[in-house]
Amino acid sequence: MITALLVLAGGLGAAARFLADTAIARHNRLSLPVGTFAVNLSACLLLGLLTGWALAHPGHDGVRAVLGVGFLGGYSTFSTASVEAARLALAGRSLVALVHPALMAVACLAAAALGIGLVAG
Amino acid sequence: MAVTRGGASTLASAGLVALGGCVGVAARYGLEERFPASPGAWPWTTFWINVVGSLLLGALLETLLRTGPDDGWRRTARLGCGTGVMGGFTTYSTFAVETVRLAEGGQVWLGVGYALASVALGILAAVVGIGVAAGLWRRATGMQAPSRAGGHA
Repeated sequence: MITALLVLAGGLGAAARFLADTAIARHNRLSLPVGTFAVNLSACLLLGLLTGWALAHPGHDGVRAVLGVGFLGGYSTFSTASVEAARLALAGRSLVALVHPALMAVACLAAAALGIGLVAG
Repeated sequence: MAVTRGGASTLASAGLVALGGCVGVAARYGLEERFPASPGAWPWTTFWINVVGSLLLGALLETLLRTGPDDGWRRTARLGCGTGVMGGFTTYSTFAVETVRLAEGGQVWLGVGYALASVALGILAAVVGIGVAAGLWRRATGMQAPSRAGGHA
């Protein structure tokens, strides 16, 4: 039962990522892939909040798995971030190809830590 | 109206991404259940999922890009297998929370190493995936790079 809900939530998360990315791309005037950045940043903050909540309220493994592993796992993406950085590097934009993923990692780690701290602290 | 058609096609695309996402998330969940990460240790399962997923997505997108325009079956494959399966299979949120939990548990340098290795090897894997797909495509279409032609003679 948990597995079925988790897989379904994963599909919804992936669709939410696609819709968010499409909406952001429509308004993005930068030559940078900001959609994946925004999606991953919000996913990390939300998983941080969920993890903090689960630490403070043990015994809700099902909720944590369906929303965390399923929905937010499907919503966030590592492979698209990698390919976007690889394309920047292959296009000769070496500085951006270094700074963009580094900034994403630092911002996402900070968002995850903030999320955990806000609820668990 | 173009707007209506666009809206309907966006929803149909989202459905395709959702289907692929279910497959990718199920595969990741299966692997994480089979090979769970021990607390305080390098999260190998997420690490390999993210690196291998980056390689596969790079190879897939490059293959689709080289075989023709982004419509018909190519668009279906990009959205279903790329955005859906590979996007759902790999995860940035679990990676970030694992890193923070390592650091909070006192394993700061292990966390820093995990974060750096994941991001750097993920990008490198995507470059390799793109390169392999481009190389195979060049060979298939007979437009071999001159410097490599001799090696296979």
